[in-house]
Amino acid sequence: MKNFTVLDLIDLDLKDHNSLNLKCVAGRKGLQRIITDPEINRPGLTLSGFFNEFAYHRIQLFGRGEIAYLNMLEANDTMSAVEKMFSYQLSCCIFSQSVTPSKKLLQIAENAGCAVLQTDLTSSEFTIRLMRALNDIFAPKKVIHAVLVEVFGIGVLITGGSGVGKSETALELIERGHRLIADDSVVLKSVNGSFLMGSGRNEMLGHHMEIRGLGIINVSNLFGVGSIRDKKQVQLLIELEIWNSDANYDRLGTGDITKEILDVQIPLIKLPVKAGRNIPILIEVAAMNERLKKLGYHSAQEFDDNVLKWLESKNARSLYSNKNDIF
Amino acid sequence: MKQETVTIKNRAGIHARPAALIVRTASEFESEIFIELDDMKINAKSIMGIITLGANYKSILQISAEGEDEEDAVSAIAKLFENRFEED
Repeated sequence: MKNFTVLDLIDLDLKDHNSLNLKCVAGRKGLQRIITDPEINRPGLTLSGFFNEFAYHRIQLFGRGEIAYLNMLEANDTMSAVEKMFSYQLSCCIFSQSVTPSKKLLQIAENAGCAVLQTDLTSSEFTIRLMRALNDIFAPKKVIHAVLVEVFGIGVLITGGSGVGKSETALELIERGHRLIADDSVVLKSVNGSFLMGSGRNEMLGHHMEIRGLGIINVSNLFGVGSIRDKKQVQLLIELEIWNSDANYDRLGTGDITKEILDVQIPLIKLPVKAGRNIPILIEVAAMNERLKKLGYHSAQEFDDNVLKWLESKNARSLYSNKNDIF
Repeated sequence: MKQETVTIKNRAGIHARPAALIVRTASEFESEIFIELDDMKINAKSIMGIITLGANYKSILQISAEGEDEEDAVSAIAKLFENRFEED
Protein backbone atom coordinates (compact mmCIF):
# COMPACT_ATOMS: atom_id res chain seq x y z
CA MET A 1 0.00 0.00 0.00
CA LYS A 2 1.13 3.54 -0.69
CA ASN A 3 1.93 5.62 2.37
CA PHE A 4 -1.19 7.20 3.82
CA THR A 5 -0.43 10.73 4.97
CA VAL A 6 -2.40 13.22 7.08
CA LEU A 7 -3.08 15.15 3.86
CA ASP A 8 -4.65 12.03 2.34
CA LEU A 9 -6.90 11.82 5.42
CA ILE A 10 -8.18 15.39 4.83
CA ASP A 11 -8.52 14.67 1.12
CA LEU A 12 -10.66 11.53 1.57
CA ASP A 13 -13.74 11.79 -0.59
CA LEU A 14 -16.38 10.63 1.91
CA LYS A 15 -20.00 11.63 1.58
CA ASP A 16 -22.92 12.45 3.89
CA HIS A 17 -22.86 10.35 7.04
CA ASN A 18 -19.27 9.26 6.36
CA SER A 19 -17.68 12.66 5.90
CA LEU A 20 -15.05 13.64 8.49
CA ASN A 21 -15.32 17.43 7.94
CA LEU A 22 -11.64 17.97 8.66
CA LYS A 23 -9.67 21.16 8.16
CA CYS A 24 -6.15 22.06 9.06
CA VAL A 25 -5.68 24.97 11.50
CA ALA A 26 -1.93 24.77 12.13
CA GLY A 27 1.23 22.80 11.46
CA ARG A 28 0.93 22.46 7.70
CA LYS A 29 4.40 20.91 7.57
CA GLY A 30 2.96 17.93 9.44
CA LEU A 31 0.49 17.14 6.66
CA GLN A 32 3.15 14.98 5.06
CA ARG A 33 3.44 12.75 8.13
CA ILE A 34 2.46 9.16 7.53
CA ILE A 35 -0.37 7.53 9.47
CA THR A 36 0.85 4.04 10.30
CA ASP A 37 -1.66 2.96 12.91
CA PRO A 38 -5.40 2.91 12.13
CA GLU A 39 -6.34 3.71 15.71
CA ILE A 40 -7.13 6.66 17.95
CA ASN A 41 -5.61 7.81 21.22
CA ARG A 42 -7.31 10.17 23.71
CA PRO A 43 -4.35 11.96 25.25
CA GLY A 44 -5.87 12.61 28.71
CA LEU A 45 -3.23 10.66 30.62
CA THR A 46 -0.44 12.14 28.55
CA LEU A 47 -1.52 15.70 29.31
CA SER A 48 -1.42 14.89 33.02
CA GLY A 49 2.24 13.94 32.56
CA PHE A 50 2.01 10.15 32.38
CA PHE A 51 4.05 9.06 29.37
CA ASN A 52 4.34 5.29 29.89
CA GLU A 53 2.98 3.33 26.94
CA PHE A 54 2.09 6.58 25.17
CA ALA A 55 0.69 5.58 21.76
CA TYR A 56 2.17 8.64 20.03
CA HIS A 57 1.99 7.16 16.52
CA ARG A 58 -1.80 7.02 16.74
CA ILE A 59 -4.08 9.90 15.82
CA GLN A 60 -4.52 12.09 18.93
CA LEU A 61 -8.13 13.12 19.46
CA PHE A 62 -8.92 16.02 21.80
CA GLY A 63 -12.51 16.13 23.01
CA ARG A 64 -14.25 18.55 25.40
CA GLY A 65 -12.55 17.03 28.46
CA GLU A 66 -9.02 17.22 27.10
CA ILE A 67 -9.60 20.78 25.92
CA ALA A 68 -10.87 21.90 29.33
CA TYR A 69 -7.80 20.31 30.88
CA LEU A 70 -5.54 22.06 28.35
CA ASN A 71 -7.13 25.41 29.22
CA MET A 72 -6.53 24.76 32.91
CA LEU A 73 -2.87 23.90 32.22
CA GLU A 74 -2.45 27.09 30.28
CA ALA A 75 -4.12 29.19 32.98
CA ASN A 76 -1.68 27.73 35.53
CA ASP A 77 1.18 28.14 33.05
CA THR A 78 2.20 24.48 33.37
CA MET A 79 2.54 23.48 29.73
CA SER A 80 5.62 21.26 30.09
CA ALA A 81 3.65 18.04 29.57
CA VAL A 82 2.15 19.47 26.39
CA GLU A 83 5.58 20.44 25.12
CA LYS A 84 6.91 16.99 25.97
CA MET A 85 3.95 15.40 24.20
CA PHE A 86 4.70 17.31 20.99
CA SER A 87 8.35 16.28 21.16
CA TYR A 88 7.17 12.81 20.12
CA GLN A 89 6.57 12.11 16.42
CA LEU A 90 2.75 12.40 16.70
CA SER A 91 0.89 11.50 13.49
CA CYS A 92 -1.56 14.40 13.98
CA CYS A 93 -3.88 16.07 16.51
CA ILE A 94 -7.58 16.48 15.95
CA PHE A 95 -9.93 18.74 17.92
CA SER A 96 -13.60 17.86 17.86
CA GLN A 97 -16.69 20.11 18.00
CA SER A 98 -14.98 22.94 16.11
CA VAL A 99 -12.90 23.95 19.11
CA THR A 100 -9.98 26.13 18.12
CA PRO A 101 -7.05 25.46 20.43
CA SER A 102 -5.25 28.35 22.12
CA LYS A 103 -2.52 30.32 20.35
CA LYS A 104 0.08 28.87 22.69
CA LEU A 105 -0.81 25.29 21.74
CA LEU A 106 -0.91 26.10 18.04
CA GLN A 107 2.55 27.64 18.38
CA ILE A 108 3.89 24.50 20.09
CA ALA A 109 2.39 22.31 17.34
CA GLU A 110 3.73 24.60 14.63
CA ASN A 111 7.25 24.42 16.07
CA ALA A 112 7.02 20.64 16.35
CA GLY A 113 5.77 20.35 12.76
CA CYS A 114 2.65 18.45 13.83
CA ALA A 115 -0.60 19.07 11.98
CA VAL A 116 -3.55 20.30 14.07
CA LEU A 117 -6.90 19.47 12.53
CA GLN A 118 -10.40 20.47 13.49
CA THR A 119 -13.77 18.85 12.93
CA ASP A 120 -17.29 20.01 13.74
CA LEU A 121 -18.40 16.53 14.79
CA THR A 122 -18.64 15.31 18.37
CA SER A 123 -15.81 13.08 19.59
CA SER A 124 -17.84 9.89 19.65
CA GLU A 125 -19.38 10.44 16.21
CA PHE A 126 -16.00 11.41 14.79
CA THR A 127 -14.39 8.31 16.32
CA ILE A 128 -16.96 6.05 14.68
CA ARG A 129 -16.54 7.67 11.26
CA LEU A 130 -12.76 7.76 11.48
CA MET A 131 -12.53 4.11 12.51
CA ARG A 132 -14.78 3.17 9.63
CA ALA A 133 -12.69 5.15 7.14
CA LEU A 134 -9.36 3.89 8.49
CA ASN A 135 -10.56 0.28 8.59
CA ASP A 136 -11.44 0.66 4.95
CA ILE A 137 -8.06 2.16 4.04
CA PHE A 138 -5.99 -0.31 6.02
CA ALA A 139 -8.04 -3.35 4.95
CA PRO A 140 -6.14 -6.07 3.07
CA LYS A 141 -6.52 -5.30 -0.62
CA LYS A 142 -6.05 -7.11 -3.87
CA VAL A 143 -6.54 -6.10 -7.50
CA ILE A 144 -7.69 -8.88 -9.80
CA HIS A 145 -8.41 -9.21 -13.48
CA ALA A 146 -12.18 -9.77 -13.54
CA VAL A 147 -15.57 -8.13 -14.00
CA LEU A 148 -17.88 -7.36 -11.10
CA VAL A 149 -21.62 -7.12 -11.75
CA GLU A 150 -24.67 -7.05 -9.53
CA VAL A 151 -27.24 -9.62 -10.68
CA PHE A 152 -30.60 -9.68 -8.86
CA GLY A 153 -28.89 -8.09 -5.85
CA ILE A 154 -26.06 -10.62 -5.71
CA GLY A 155 -22.51 -9.39 -6.32
CA VAL A 156 -21.11 -11.70 -9.00
CA LEU A 157 -17.41 -11.67 -9.78
CA ILE A 158 -16.69 -13.09 -13.22
CA THR A 159 -13.14 -14.34 -13.77
CA GLY A 160 -11.45 -16.27 -16.55
CA GLY A 161 -8.57 -16.08 -18.96
CA SER A 162 -7.98 -13.27 -21.43
CA GLY A 163 -10.45 -13.43 -24.34
CA VAL A 164 -12.88 -15.91 -22.77
CA GLY A 165 -15.68 -13.33 -22.94
CA LYS A 166 -15.92 -11.75 -19.48
CA SER A 167 -16.71 -8.25 -20.73
CA GLU A 168 -19.16 -9.49 -23.36
CA THR A 169 -20.99 -11.54 -20.72
CA ALA A 170 -21.13 -8.52 -18.43
CA LEU A 171 -22.39 -6.33 -21.26
CA GLU A 172 -25.29 -8.67 -21.94
CA LEU A 173 -26.10 -8.77 -18.22
CA ILE A 174 -26.18 -4.96 -18.15
CA GLU A 175 -28.37 -4.99 -21.23
CA ARG A 176 -30.75 -7.29 -19.33
CA GLY A 177 -31.04 -4.68 -16.56
CA HIS A 178 -28.28 -5.66 -14.16
CA ARG A 179 -25.53 -3.37 -12.90
CA LEU A 180 -21.86 -2.93 -13.57
CA ILE A 181 -19.50 -2.21 -10.68
CA ALA A 182 -16.13 -2.60 -12.39
CA ASP A 183 -14.74 -4.04 -15.58
CA ASP A 184 -11.27 -5.40 -16.14
CA SER A 185 -9.55 -4.66 -12.86
CA VAL A 186 -11.54 -5.03 -9.66
CA VAL A 187 -10.25 -3.91 -6.27
CA LEU A 188 -11.20 -6.41 -3.58
CA LYS A 189 -11.07 -5.43 0.08
CA SER A 190 -11.51 -7.73 3.00
CA VAL A 191 -13.84 -5.92 5.41
CA ASN A 192 -13.10 -7.03 8.99
CA GLY A 193 -11.98 -10.32 7.48
CA SER A 194 -15.63 -11.33 7.18
CA PHE A 195 -16.69 -10.30 3.70
CA LEU A 196 -15.26 -9.01 0.44
CA MET A 197 -16.08 -5.59 -0.95
CA GLY A 198 -15.41 -5.01 -4.63
CA SER A 199 -15.07 -1.70 -6.45
CA GLY A 200 -13.45 -0.14 -9.49
CA ARG A 201 -9.92 1.17 -9.33
CA ASN A 202 -10.45 4.65 -10.52
CA GLU A 203 -13.63 6.66 -9.94
CA MET A 204 -12.88 9.06 -12.75
CA LEU A 205 -12.38 6.34 -15.35
CA GLY A 206 -14.82 3.88 -13.80
CA HIS A 207 -17.79 2.30 -15.52
CA HIS A 208 -16.12 2.17 -18.90
CA MET A 209 -15.70 -1.11 -20.72
CA GLU A 210 -13.46 -2.23 -23.50
CA ILE A 211 -15.22 -4.53 -25.94
CA ARG A 212 -13.12 -6.02 -28.71
CA GLY A 213 -14.33 -4.63 -32.00
CA LEU A 214 -16.31 -1.77 -30.41
CA GLY A 215 -13.57 -0.06 -28.46
CA ILE A 216 -14.17 1.76 -25.20
CA ILE A 217 -17.79 2.43 -24.22
CA ASN A 218 -19.27 4.44 -21.36
CA VAL A 219 -21.80 2.23 -19.60
CA SER A 220 -23.57 4.89 -17.53
CA ASN A 221 -24.12 7.11 -20.58
CA LEU A 222 -25.31 4.25 -22.76
CA PHE A 223 -27.55 2.40 -20.30
CA GLY A 224 -28.34 5.12 -17.73
CA VAL A 225 -27.25 5.63 -14.15
CA GLY A 226 -29.44 2.71 -13.10
CA SER A 227 -26.95 0.39 -14.73
CA ILE A 228 -23.97 1.26 -12.55
CA ARG A 229 -22.99 0.95 -8.94
CA ASP A 230 -19.87 2.07 -7.05
CA LYS A 231 -19.22 -0.90 -4.81
CA LYS A 232 -20.78 -4.19 -3.92
CA GLN A 233 -20.09 -7.16 -1.69
CA VAL A 234 -18.77 -10.14 -3.67
CA GLN A 235 -21.13 -13.04 -2.96
CA LEU A 236 -20.57 -15.38 -5.89
CA LEU A 237 -17.58 -16.25 -8.01
CA ILE A 238 -18.06 -17.39 -11.61
CA GLU A 239 -15.04 -18.85 -13.33
CA LEU A 240 -15.42 -18.94 -17.12
CA GLU A 241 -13.33 -21.47 -18.99
CA ILE A 242 -13.23 -22.84 -22.51
CA TRP A 243 -15.25 -26.07 -22.73
CA ASN A 244 -13.04 -29.10 -22.28
CA SER A 245 -14.76 -32.38 -23.11
CA ASP A 246 -12.38 -34.31 -20.85
CA ALA A 247 -13.11 -32.22 -17.77
CA ASN A 248 -15.68 -33.30 -15.20
CA TYR A 249 -18.19 -30.51 -14.70
CA ASP A 250 -20.55 -30.34 -11.75
CA ARG A 251 -23.78 -32.06 -12.82
CA LEU A 252 -25.75 -31.99 -9.57
CA GLY A 253 -24.71 -28.88 -7.70
CA THR A 254 -24.86 -30.61 -4.34
CA GLY A 255 -21.18 -30.22 -3.57
CA ASP A 256 -20.72 -26.60 -2.57
CA ILE A 257 -17.30 -25.48 -3.77
CA THR A 258 -15.77 -22.29 -2.41
CA LYS A 259 -12.64 -20.33 -3.14
CA GLU A 260 -10.63 -18.35 -0.63
CA ILE A 261 -9.82 -14.75 -1.48
CA LEU A 262 -8.10 -12.64 1.20
CA ASP A 263 -9.12 -15.26 3.81
CA VAL A 264 -12.82 -15.00 2.89
CA GLN A 265 -14.63 -18.04 1.47
CA ILE A 266 -16.73 -17.26 -1.61
CA PRO A 267 -19.03 -19.80 -3.35
CA LEU A 268 -17.48 -20.77 -6.68
CA ILE A 269 -19.17 -21.94 -9.89
CA LYS A 270 -17.08 -23.07 -12.85
CA LEU A 271 -18.92 -22.38 -16.10
CA PRO A 272 -17.61 -23.93 -19.31
CA VAL A 273 -18.06 -21.66 -22.33
CA LYS A 274 -19.23 -23.21 -25.59
CA ALA A 275 -21.33 -22.15 -28.55
CA GLY A 276 -25.00 -22.62 -27.68
CA ARG A 277 -24.52 -21.97 -23.97
CA ASN A 278 -25.96 -18.61 -23.07
CA ILE A 279 -23.61 -17.57 -20.27
CA PRO A 280 -25.49 -14.43 -19.10
CA ILE A 281 -28.66 -16.46 -18.54
CA LEU A 282 -26.70 -19.15 -16.73
CA ILE A 283 -25.25 -16.46 -14.47
CA GLU A 284 -28.72 -15.02 -13.80
CA VAL A 285 -29.94 -18.45 -12.75
CA ALA A 286 -26.83 -19.02 -10.63
CA ALA A 287 -27.46 -15.69 -8.86
CA MET A 288 -31.12 -16.51 -8.20
CA ASN A 289 -30.13 -19.96 -6.97
CA GLU A 290 -27.62 -18.32 -4.62
CA ARG A 291 -30.41 -16.11 -3.24
CA LEU A 292 -32.59 -19.16 -2.70
CA LYS A 293 -29.74 -20.81 -0.81
CA LYS A 294 -29.46 -17.76 1.40
CA LEU A 295 -33.18 -18.07 2.12
CA GLY A 296 -32.56 -21.65 3.18
CA TYR A 297 -33.75 -23.42 0.07
CA HIS A 298 -31.08 -25.48 -1.65
CA SER A 299 -32.46 -26.72 -5.01
CA ALA A 300 -30.06 -29.63 -5.52
CA GLN A 301 -30.21 -30.71 -1.89
CA GLU A 302 -34.01 -30.53 -1.82
CA PHE A 303 -34.21 -32.59 -5.01
CA ASP A 304 -31.92 -35.24 -3.54
CA ASP A 305 -33.97 -35.39 -0.33
CA ASN A 306 -37.17 -35.85 -2.38
CA VAL A 307 -35.59 -38.69 -4.37
CA LEU A 308 -34.59 -40.39 -1.13
CA LYS A 309 -38.10 -39.98 0.31
CA TRP A 310 -39.66 -41.34 -2.86
CA LEU A 311 -37.37 -44.41 -2.87
CA GLU A 312 -38.15 -44.95 0.80
CA SER A 313 -41.91 -44.87 0.18
CA LYS A 314 -41.53 -47.24 -2.76
CA ASN A 315 -39.66 -49.61 -0.48
CA ALA A 316 -42.39 -49.46 2.10
CA ARG A 317 -45.11 -50.05 -0.50
CA SER A 318 -43.32 -52.98 -2.07
CA LEU A 319 -43.55 -54.77 1.26
CA TYR A 320 -47.31 -55.03 0.77
CA SER A 321 -47.45 -55.53 -2.98
CA ASN A 322 -44.94 -58.34 -3.32
CA LYS A 323 -47.05 -61.50 -3.49
CA ASN A 324 -44.15 -63.86 -2.79
CA ASP A 325 -43.59 -62.43 0.65
CA ILE A 326 -45.19 -64.27 3.53
CA PHE A 327 -46.52 -62.07 6.29
CA MET B 1 10.46 -14.98 -15.38
CA LYS B 2 11.92 -11.99 -17.18
CA GLN B 3 11.71 -8.47 -15.73
CA GLU B 4 12.69 -5.00 -16.82
CA THR B 5 12.25 -1.51 -15.38
CA VAL B 6 11.24 1.32 -17.70
CA THR B 7 10.60 5.05 -17.35
CA ILE B 8 7.93 6.97 -19.23
CA LYS B 9 9.63 9.44 -21.50
CA ASN B 10 6.75 10.99 -23.43
CA ARG B 11 5.15 14.09 -21.86
CA ALA B 12 1.55 12.88 -22.07
CA GLY B 13 2.11 9.62 -20.20
CA ILE B 14 0.15 6.48 -20.99
CA HIS B 15 -3.15 7.63 -22.46
CA ALA B 16 -5.43 5.72 -24.81
CA ARG B 17 -3.17 5.50 -27.85
CA PRO B 18 0.00 4.27 -26.10
CA ALA B 19 -2.14 1.85 -24.10
CA ALA B 20 -3.57 0.40 -27.31
CA LEU B 21 -0.04 0.11 -28.67
CA ILE B 22 1.10 -1.81 -25.57
CA VAL B 23 -1.90 -4.15 -25.72
CA ARG B 24 -1.39 -4.80 -29.42
CA THR B 25 2.26 -5.63 -28.86
CA ALA B 26 1.58 -7.74 -25.77
CA SER B 27 -1.12 -9.75 -27.54
CA GLU B 28 1.42 -10.94 -30.11
CA PHE B 29 3.08 -13.04 -27.41
CA GLU B 30 1.98 -16.22 -25.71
CA SER B 31 3.51 -15.25 -22.34
CA GLU B 32 1.58 -13.78 -19.42
CA ILE B 33 2.75 -10.16 -19.32
CA PHE B 34 2.26 -7.79 -16.39
CA ILE B 35 2.99 -4.13 -15.78
CA GLU B 36 3.54 -2.84 -12.26
CA LEU B 37 3.34 0.70 -10.87
CA ASP B 38 3.59 1.23 -7.10
CA ASP B 39 1.30 -1.40 -5.59
CA MET B 40 -0.73 -1.97 -8.76
CA LYS B 41 -0.07 -4.92 -11.01
CA ILE B 42 -2.11 -5.31 -14.17
CA ASN B 43 -2.31 -7.55 -17.19
CA ALA B 44 -0.56 -5.94 -20.16
CA LYS B 45 -3.18 -7.40 -22.49
CA SER B 46 -5.98 -5.35 -20.92
CA ILE B 47 -6.40 -1.85 -22.27
CA MET B 48 -8.54 -0.47 -19.42
CA GLY B 49 -6.10 -1.92 -16.91
CA ILE B 50 -3.19 -0.07 -18.46
CA ILE B 51 -5.07 3.23 -18.73
CA THR B 52 -6.29 3.11 -15.12
CA LEU B 53 -2.70 2.69 -13.92
CA GLY B 54 -2.57 6.45 -14.45
CA ALA B 55 1.09 6.32 -15.44
CA ASN B 56 2.27 9.88 -16.10
CA TYR B 57 5.51 11.46 -17.29
CA LYS B 58 8.59 10.07 -15.53
CA SER B 59 6.69 7.25 -13.79
CA ILE B 60 8.82 4.17 -13.28
CA LEU B 61 7.18 0.91 -14.25
CA GLN B 62 8.16 -2.71 -13.99
CA ILE B 63 7.44 -5.02 -16.91
CA SER B 64 7.45 -8.74 -16.26
CA ALA B 65 6.61 -11.73 -18.41
CA GLU B 66 6.38 -15.43 -17.86
CA GLY B 67 6.18 -18.00 -20.64
CA GLU B 68 8.08 -19.38 -23.58
CA ASP B 69 8.62 -16.08 -25.36
CA GLU B 70 9.11 -13.97 -22.21
CA GLU B 71 12.47 -12.51 -23.34
CA ASP B 72 11.08 -11.19 -26.63
CA ALA B 73 7.86 -9.97 -25.01
CA VAL B 74 9.61 -7.85 -22.38
CA SER B 75 12.09 -6.37 -24.83
CA ALA B 76 9.35 -5.57 -27.38
CA ILE B 77 7.33 -3.68 -24.76
CA ALA B 78 10.37 -1.97 -23.26
CA LYS B 79 11.21 -0.77 -26.76
CA LEU B 80 7.83 1.00 -27.01
CA PHE B 81 8.69 2.99 -23.88
CA GLU B 82 12.17 3.70 -25.23
CA ASN B 83 10.67 5.06 -28.47
CA ARG B 84 8.27 7.30 -26.47
CA PHE B 85 5.37 5.52 -28.20
CA GLU B 86 6.34 7.50 -31.28
CA GLU B 87 5.33 10.71 -29.52
CA ASP B 88 7.18 13.79 -28.27
